[in-house]
Order: sequence, then C-alpha cells, then structure tokens
Amino acid sequence: MEQKPPAHTTEKQALLAALHAILPDASLLVHEEDLRPYESDGLTAYRALPGVVCLPDTLEQVQQILRLCHQMHCPVVARGAGTGLSGGALPLENGVLLSLAKFTCILDMDPDNRTARVQCGVRNLAISEAAAAHGLYYAPDPSSQIACTIGGNVAENAGGVHCLKYGLTVHNVLGLKLVTMEGDLLELGGKTLDAPGYDLLALLHGSEGLLGVIVEVTVKLLPRPERTQVALAAFDDVASAAEAVAAIIGAGIIPAGLEMMDNLALCAAEDYAHAGYPVDAAAILLCELDGADEEVSDLIMQVRTLLLANGATEVRTALDDAERRKMWAGRKAAFPAVGRLAPDYYCMDGTIPRRRLSEALAGIAALSQHYNLRVANVFHAGDGNLHPLILYDANSPGELQRTEEMGGKILELCIAVGGTITGEHGVGVEKLDQMCVQFGTAELDQFHDLKHTFDPKELLNPGKAVPTLQRCAEFGAMHVHHGKLAFPELERF
Amino acid sequence: MQADHSAALQAVVRAAIADKTPLRIIGGNSKQFYGRMTTGTPLPVAEHRGIVHYEPSELIITARAGTPLAEIEAALAAHNQMLPFEPPHFGPTATLGGTIACGISGPRRPYTGAVRDFVLGVRLINGRGELVKFGGEVMKNVAGFDVSRLMTGALGTLGPLLEVSLKVLPRPQHEITLTFTCTARQALARIRDWSAQPVPLSGACHDGTRLYVRLSGSSSGVTACQRKIGGDALPDDNQFWHKLREHQHDFFRDDGLLWRLSVPPAAPLLNLPGQSYLDWGGALRWLKNPLPADVIRASAAKLGGHATLFRGGERTGSMFHPLPPALLALHKRLKSSFDPHGIFNPGQLYPEF
Repeated sequence: MEQKPPAHTTEKQALLAALHAILPDASLLVHEEDLRPYESDGLTAYRALPGVVCLPDTLEQVQQILRLCHQMHCPVVARGAGTGLSGGALPLENGVLLSLAKFTCILDMDPDNRTARVQCGVRNLAISEAAAAHGLYYAPDPSSQIACTIGGNVAENAGGVHCLKYGLTVHNVLGLKLVTMEGDLLELGGKTLDAPGYDLLALLHGSEGLLGVIVEVTVKLLPRPERTQVALAAFDDVASAAEAVAAIIGAGIIPAGLEMMDNLALCAAEDYAHAGYPVDAAAILLCELDGADEEVSDLIMQVRTLLLANGATEVRTALDDAERRKMWAGRKAAFPAVGRLAPDYYCMDGTIPRRRLSEALAGIAALSQHYNLRVANVFHAGDGNLHPLILYDANSPGELQRTEEMGGKILELCIAVGGTITGEHGVGVEKLDQMCVQFGTAELDQFHDLKHTFDPKELLNPGKAVPTLQRCAEFGAMHVHHGKLAFPELERF
Repeated sequence: MQADHSAALQAVVRAAIADKTPLRIIGGNSKQFYGRMTTGTPLPVAEHRGIVHYEPSELIITARAGTPLAEIEAALAAHNQMLPFEPPHFGPTATLGGTIACGISGPRRPYTGAVRDFVLGVRLINGRGELVKFGGEVMKNVAGFDVSRLMTGALGTLGPLLEVSLKVLPRPQHEITLTFTCTARQALARIRDWSAQPVPLSGACHDGTRLYVRLSGSSSGVTACQRKIGGDALPDDNQFWHKLREHQHDFFRDDGLLWRLSVPPAAPLLNLPGQSYLDWGGALRWLKNPLPADVIRASAAKLGGHATLFRGGERTGSMFHPLPPALLALHKRLKSSFDPHGIFNPGQLYPEF
C-alpha cells in the first residue's frame, strides 16, 4: 500500500498559507494528482509523494521560499528535470519539493570569453544548441542530455561519454550562483579561471543538493573540433578489449570517447538501434578521436594498429558522419535497449581502476549466477566507470530486493578492487549503505560537519548522499567486512 | 627515497591540539613568499616522501606530500607523461604538498586545466588529529563531498596534506612555439580569434612587445595549424615556457610588488600605470605597480576579476582579494569544521581565520 500524505496539520496549513503569500496559486501544487508526477526521479524504485510542490518563477521567490522553510524548519528537496539515477530528487512527504523547471533562460552568451551564463533549468543540450551559432559547444554530454538540466548536472557532477578528454561538469563550469537554506544568494567564480578563497565551486559539484540550491551557472564553451572520427573494434574476449584500452592510453593517445559494451549490451543495442554492431563479439570498443583534420588521420591509423595488435578481430572506421552517428546511436541507446530485455533494469555506477576490469567483470558474472539475475555491462572504458545493468522483474515477488542486494554487492566489489561506489550518478538514497563501506567514521563525520557549514539545521535534501553514523552501525551489524566489524565504537540495535 | 612519517606527523598535530599551539606547515619552503605572513611552530612535512603508486596506463600517480615535485616530474617523464597543469616550482625544493596547497598553475592552465582539475584524492590530518582520506585513485568519483579539490589552494589551512593522487596526461607528441610582434591589444584580439577556432593552443602570452603562442598535438596537426596562423617559430621554446612558469623572465626580476590579476580572457587591458605581462591567453595579467591595493582590486573587479598580491610587501594585510561578508562567514565556518581549534596556518589565507 502506498502511504497517503499526512493529514493537514496546523503546521502544514501555516506553511501553505505562507507559501501562498510568496507564490501565485498556479505555482503551488497541493493536490495528489498534481503531486504524483514528482513522486520519483529517474530511479523509479523509490517513490514518495511530496508535501507540496513549489514552482517559482523568480530568484526572489526561491530566496523567500528557502527563508520561510528555514524559519519553519521545513525540509526542502530541489529538483531539476528529475533525470537523476540515484534518487537524489526523491521528495519528502513532510517537505517542500522545489522545482526549478521554470528557470530556463540563457542569460548571456559570450563568444569572446567563450562562456555562457544560464539559469539552472536550462537543458544540457540547449546550451550547445545556442552556442552552435558561434562554432562553440558545451562539452559534458551525459546520456540524458536532451532532458537533464545544467543545475542538476552541477549537483551530480555529471559526466558523459566524452569526459576522458574533456572532463566532468566540474572541469567545465567557471561560476555559480546558489541560494543557501537561509535564503542568501552566494556567487562563486565567474568568467575567470579561478576565484579567491576556498574552492567552493569544486565543493558544490556533486554535492547532491545538500549545500545550496544552484540557480545560475556560467559554463565554459569550446570550439567545435575540425573533425571527428570513430573506430569500432570487436573482440573475442573482454580481457583483450581492456588491454587494447590500456595500450591506446599507454601510447599517449587520449581519445574523445572510449566506450566498451559486453555481448548482452551490444546485442540489445543492435536490436534497438541497428547500429551495425557485430553481434557475435564478446565485447566491442568504440574509440572516438577528434581534433585537426591531419591529426585525426594520424591518430586513427595508430589506434587501428593498436587495436589489431591487442586482439581485435575486426576494426571498422566510420566512412562518413552519418555512419559515425549510427555507431554512437547504439551506445547512447544502450540503457533503453537493455531495458527491453526485461520488465525492469537497475543501473549501477561504480568506477574501478581499469587494470582490474577483468577481475571485476568475473566477480559480477559470479554474482549474476548466484542471484540468478542477468547483467549487461556498459563501460566508460577510458576512465574506468562501469555501468552494470541488472535485469529483473519488479512484479516477481522478492526480485527487486534481490536486485538491490546484488547491486550493493557489485558496489562493494568496486571498492574492493580499489574503486568507488559512484562515478557519475551520485549516492542519493540508493548507495547510502555502501557509503558506510567506502568511508570510515572520521570521514563521514567530516561530511556531516561540512553539511552543517552550509545548512546547520539539516533542511536541504536531508537524508541523502551521506549516511548517518547510526545507519552505518546498523548496516555494519549486517555486513561484517573483511572479518572486521565496521564502526565498532557505536552501539548496535 | 621512501619514508612514511604520517604517524610522527599525527603525533605532532595531536600535541599541538592539546596545547592549542598554532602550526606552520612547511614543505620545501620554495613558496614561502605566498600568502600572509604567519607565525606558529613549524610542522615540516618534507621528510614524509616517496611515490606510493604510479600507473602510467591509468594516468594516475599517488605520492606523499613531501615528495619533491622534480622527482614526480622525472618519474612521469620516464613514461612520456606530465603534470598537465605545468606547476611552477619556484625553487629546487618544491614539494607535491606545497604545490597542491598553493594551487598555482602554469601557462598550460587555460588549455589543459588547473591543479584542482587533476586532484583525485587526498589523505590529510584533520584538526581533530585524525588521519582521513577523501576521493581515491579513479578519475570519476562522486561518493561524498569533493574534499580533495577543496584542499587545492587552501594553503594548508584545512589540515596538512599527507598524500595526493593526481590524474596525469601524456606529453603532447609535438609542440611548437610561434611568435608575433604586436601590441598587447592586438595580442588579445588574435588569441580571442584563435581560441574560438579549433586551434590546438597550449600556451599564449604577451611580454609587452611580442605574442608567444604554443601549439601542441600530433606533428601533422601542429604543422597544419602553423601554416594557418603564421608567425615565427621560436627556437628553444621549452626554455621560454619554463622561464615563464618559474618567473625567470626579465619582467619578473624585480623586488617590487607583483600583482596577479585573474580576469575574463577577453577583458580589455587594464587602465593602470606600470608594466604588465599577459599569460593564460589573456586570463592572467601580471602587473608591477606600487598603487594602493584598493585601486588595483577595484580595477580587477570592474573587469569581473580579482587581484592577488603575489609577491612583495609586508604581507600583513590582505594578499588575496577580500571576500564578500556572506562568503567570508562561510569560509570561517568551513575552516572551523576542519580545524576547530584553529591550529593550521591560521591567518595565512585571510586575516579572519
């Protein structure tokens, strides 16, 4: 049974009355049918109906809402496009869901300084579209770039298939404006390459809405490369594909994108997008090179030689831009394509040292067998970011629970081989337990202290991203790690 | 040379916490001129040194904070790799820890990234005397707040670094430097035009009379671009950029005040007397000028930038651009969240904390 929102208490009525004084009726959603679309983000396994949804139009309204919630001790969850995959925008039943969907203005396009200043609700792809008139673009391209917003990209430090060469969101943002829980507007950075004081700009990236509400972003724009070329290589085993990746980077080549898919993933992508993938391959690599025309010609030859020397059974280069786009279409559609193989899929997001890939994949295969759940692997091979997609059926009793348990094991495997539980999707609500495995008490304490620096009352997106020590103690009681009990200093319940 | 002194350093920090004695963290002492003058019991970290882990095919290196920068660069060069932010040493004793704490990037910065862009993980001692570890040795990692990058440029005020993991990059296959005789204004216009096109820039500066442009990439790509943009090839160009990075060109040989203005790259020239030198494709303006700090800071702010007194002076006032009140308050709270007793380099960044 789904929980009904709590009955209107006096406090809630007082809050609604105060919000009515700030926002017009149309910008305040209170009825269940209006709240329903906001009950989850891209991680739909977790749902909760927000207490109220605010849709402010102006910065002043955002400040007023936050100031009010601060005074009334009401928690606030900020939401962009809701494409996040870790439940970071999961609403609170007793809280305000602050939708920034109306902040869609591109405020300043500055080709001379190669920057764009945009409101937080501008879509990732819309920035590149607007910059195209000047021959410029915004480099980070998460798969959800058609829909996801720049504010959310900053909150999650979004990546994409081109971050090996062009970096993550944090490497491509020069300035931010944020509103604190107390309603103050802070400005960090600008159009300069650095700012005085602590690097709060970096700290805000990936802070998952716990430190402030991002309302404006100044991004760096790059000139479009003269030429882009892609090579597709097929391999009989995943280990050779991983060695080929090491060989390319070891040869001093940084491709714009370097992606791997295992057989289950590439077959699904082929069925869905007809990208021309060799369906009998154990794995394929997509290697994209960009730069000056002559440079790309040189590099594509070098890459071809390296791929063949490392066991590629076939190497194809795109003849024209249409074929290149087709090769990428399969990769970009990999998630929905895999989604057609089963009623549901659960997308994981660990990062591992690349040299441990074979080991990690063997571990995942063993888990897949143990839990009797199929796994397709999509891998940002250049930077070690692995997306195992666990196939399951939520309507089959106990299967979601088994899937989540297996997902947790995969993340713990990533930590065990020297990696991390999340490369680009964030911790949100789904990876809180694994945070207890990756970090010790002192680090988690430091994270909580940092949170209090910005939000002493813990009202901004509370309960996300950083687990309480109590939660870790309870989790530790269930999972004895390497024979050592985590958090031995805490009481067990 | 390998030596793990973390336990000994932790003991010193714990004693300082118990006594409430401020500590002055010292690496190689090569950038001692930077930031405000501070007192405190010296906490030397140079002996805590050694490369812990270097994996060329993963583009990752981890080393202890006291490791000489030169040792790291030599290890990378042996695999034809480099620190992409081209950090200045300002002396043979420069350490990795000091490089990260000062957060100063060299001429390549606008094109490949800053120190903070390559920091992946740190170990440090916090103000509770605990050894803590953030980030890691992988390029994509959003678990927990990004404390690692926060340490960059914090001048040790949030705790002494013990170990740092960095992303590194291959050295470009080919580099060439082209020079053009022109005014600073013309230089800015040319850089602006080339920056908007796919020109493989990796350095662009103007010394008052000449524009120097470095191109990096494959030999064929660089040669093709040279044909397109012209200019005279500079012999011995590595030496030129090395001297710029280390402030060894004539412009910097001076005991007077040296201001560092960080501005939007296409910002007009400063309307101030005194000699200036443009780096970072216009985004960095070095200025030798005895005018009052307020005047220089106001000029920088007017262009949307900020000014640092990089070298010289009494070093008792504000070296860095003053922060607006709300940001200053946040900085103070942040400082005390890491260093509740205020023992790490107090006052080195700003007088207030």
